[in-house]
Amino acid sequence: MKSINFLIAGVGGQGTILSSDILSEVGMEAGFDAKKSDILGLAVRGGSVCSHVRWGDSVGSPMSMPGTVDYLIGCEPLETLRMLEYLKPSAAIICNDYRMPPMTVSTGKAEYPSEQAVEKRLASMAKRVIHYDATSAAQALGTAKAMNIMLLGTLSTLLDVDVGVWERVIEKYVPARFADLNSKAFYAGRDQAK
Amino acid sequence: MKALLSGNEAIARGAYEAGAQVVTGYPGTPSSEIIKVIAERYGQDIYTEWSTNEKVAMDAAAGAAYAGKRTMLTTKQVGMNVLSDALLYTVYTGAEAGLVVVTADDPGLFSSQNEQDNRWYSRLAKIPTFEPSDSQEAKDFIKAAFELSELFDTTVLLRSVMRVSHCKSVVELGERSENTKQLARFPRNIEKYNCTAIYAKKMHLALEERIRRIAEYAESIPVNRIEWRERKLGIITSGVVYAYVKDVFPDASVLKLGMTYPLPERMIRTFAEGVDELLVIEELDPVIEEQISAMGVKVVGKALFPPCYELLPDRLMEIGVGAGLIPADRLPKKQTLADDVALPTRSLLFCAGCPHRSTYYNLANKFDVPVAGDIGCYNLGCQEPFRMQHTMGAMGASIGVLHGMSIAGLAERGVCTIGDSTFFHSGLGALANMVHNHGKGVVIIMDNGNTAMTGHQDSPSTNWQVTHMREGVKIEIEAVCKAIGVEKVKVVNAFNVKEVENGLRECLAFDGVAVLITRGDCVQINKKPGTQYQIDPAKCTGCHNCLKVGCPSIVVPEEENAMTHKRKCRIDATLCAGCGICAQVCPVKAIHPKEGAKA
Repeated sequence: MKSINFLIAGVGGQGTILSSDILSEVGMEAGFDAKKSDILGLAVRGGSVCSHVRWGDSVGSPMSMPGTVDYLIGCEPLETLRMLEYLKPSAAIICNDYRMPPMTVSTGKAEYPSEQAVEKRLASMAKRVIHYDATSAAQALGTAKAMNIMLLGTLSTLLDVDVGVWERVIEKYVPARFADLNSKAFYAGRDQAK
Repeated sequence: MKALLSGNEAIARGAYEAGAQVVTGYPGTPSSEIIKVIAERYGQDIYTEWSTNEKVAMDAAAGAAYAGKRTMLTTKQVGMNVLSDALLYTVYTGAEAGLVVVTADDPGLFSSQNEQDNRWYSRLAKIPTFEPSDSQEAKDFIKAAFELSELFDTTVLLRSVMRVSHCKSVVELGERSENTKQLARFPRNIEKYNCTAIYAKKMHLALEERIRRIAEYAESIPVNRIEWRERKLGIITSGVVYAYVKDVFPDASVLKLGMTYPLPERMIRTFAEGVDELLVIEELDPVIEEQISAMGVKVVGKALFPPCYELLPDRLMEIGVGAGLIPADRLPKKQTLADDVALPTRSLLFCAGCPHRSTYYNLANKFDVPVAGDIGCYNLGCQEPFRMQHTMGAMGASIGVLHGMSIAGLAERGVCTIGDSTFFHSGLGALANMVHNHGKGVVIIMDNGNTAMTGHQDSPSTNWQVTHMREGVKIEIEAVCKAIGVEKVKVVNAFNVKEVENGLRECLAFDGVAVLITRGDCVQINKKPGTQYQIDPAKCTGCHNCLKVGCPSIVVPEEENAMTHKRKCRIDATLCAGCGICAQVCPVKAIHPKEGAKA
């Protein structure tokens, strides 16, 4: 059974669920069977979160097995690192460089891996890595919250789905007053892949 | 028309299509979105309410179903313990219209205090039970549940789990069917609806007879089906595990049980006889396995598949390979990491701008008291940097545990922390008990004006009714406490750290039951932007006292400053909500509002 498997990792509050909503609906609109799984509830308060999305002819489990994921969208470097065992060697990673140190780091009990260490490990686990500071780039457009849409823009360049589908689905899911801003963020994300 | 729906959205849709007219419940992950979705999308056709607790919701659901309305109740798994007293009488009485209880269980404990398997309630209450595998089934099974409820005059249980409720999959939508039977008046039928012993004796006989008839019905209900493939291995499974089994054991024959109580014994025997080796794969307890074993059918279940946590596909695959049921080369190859850089853990934190922060800062840094805790966002007070809430077990438990501390006769005075919604859920009775029995201690009611953790539902302490987008009747907590007989009731502003400290001191000095209400709106509800704060590096001494408030917006630089050899914090402008609590605890007044920066 052929499927395309995605993982979206981040910190609760970064908008990973909106991303997985959009990504799974894009899959359905593109003609696939699509399933997704999120973690909600208490875990959203600043903890590690991750969403699975799967597209395929007929998807069984909503969650992917380690070693089977094609695309990892990381909204935060440390959270991206946590998910690497899910990746196939042929996978692509799209990672936001904006670091959110956890309390264990702030209180000096643990160290955040250096930028070099992050980059090295990402490169060793995937065929392609695209990383940039999407939070600051989205902030420059008007709000840091559009970071997740920007990363989806980057992802869209790697998938064979008409860009009009992405536009329609994003418009459906983001509040109307932020539609323009998110559209800008989406295209800024597409430019990052060039 | 098809749509991508979560299991909870699909359950809501199922209630709509089944012609439900009343839905009640108390919020709890992973069930909370069902009522929210019904209120938002189908509120014209269905009355919804957030009741004060699950038992109240169940009694109200019973009353509505007795009055002839198709009625549904939603709860998380532990809420079943609260409502079970009411559930059990409804199984005796039946109703005038369909009555369906939805429980969303939490294998894996994503947001719960335990991992209980509510399928035991099916057997305890003798309540027919459906278990959907995905969103399409979640919707279809709600309709089947209402049909069965009316066909056999019984309450019906639908058991979801987090991976059904919070996963999305494609659903074919249908139309609403109206319940045409409408009663003009409430039934006066004492023999049917009054469970006094003389009538209840007959009801029990009828129940036993009914469950035998439903077991017969289960033999032919389409939700139970055999999928014959290779006969070497046969797997009996239900719920979301069915989706995993299809991925992991694609060649095995499968008996898929959509209805897991009562079981279709003949179908199980036919399946067992048709395969060489028989497995039951079920998450948590051996509920199906034990019943099949009791039929004298040889089956392997918990000997291979452990009772703790989810049985996700990778875990099933590893177990299957280990037991020689799957060729080892089917296991997806995991890449190995090339380096050994350790990853720091990320514990949960109160949101930036949370009103609970000041209470735990004070308890952790200004006092040395035992803290009985309760269920809500504030249980994060048990995490770093506070390490408070020394106990936590069930909704409303904190006040009773505090009372227990005081009657145990220890010399030290204790406190408990409980939220406004939890207080109305099951704290009221405990507070009355404490007053009546001369308890001593400080009950801190952390009033943020809503049921925050589960998604900002209303409670009696809220002045709005979220399911109807209208004003709600707000009940003043301080007035209730005084009316119960609490002599010392103090209200403080939760965003004023010193005021909370003084209030706590005053209450701890009181010899009896004192209530301290720390009041402040949940930052996720009150979106009025405050002015963001910043740290003046010229004044900051790098003492890190601000870290003691545990705010996600305060960031310590990874490297020491080469000149000062200090790691002076900064405030992340994408996170700061402008509450100013950090500024109040800074000993050198280095934190101040940023000109013109709204959060």
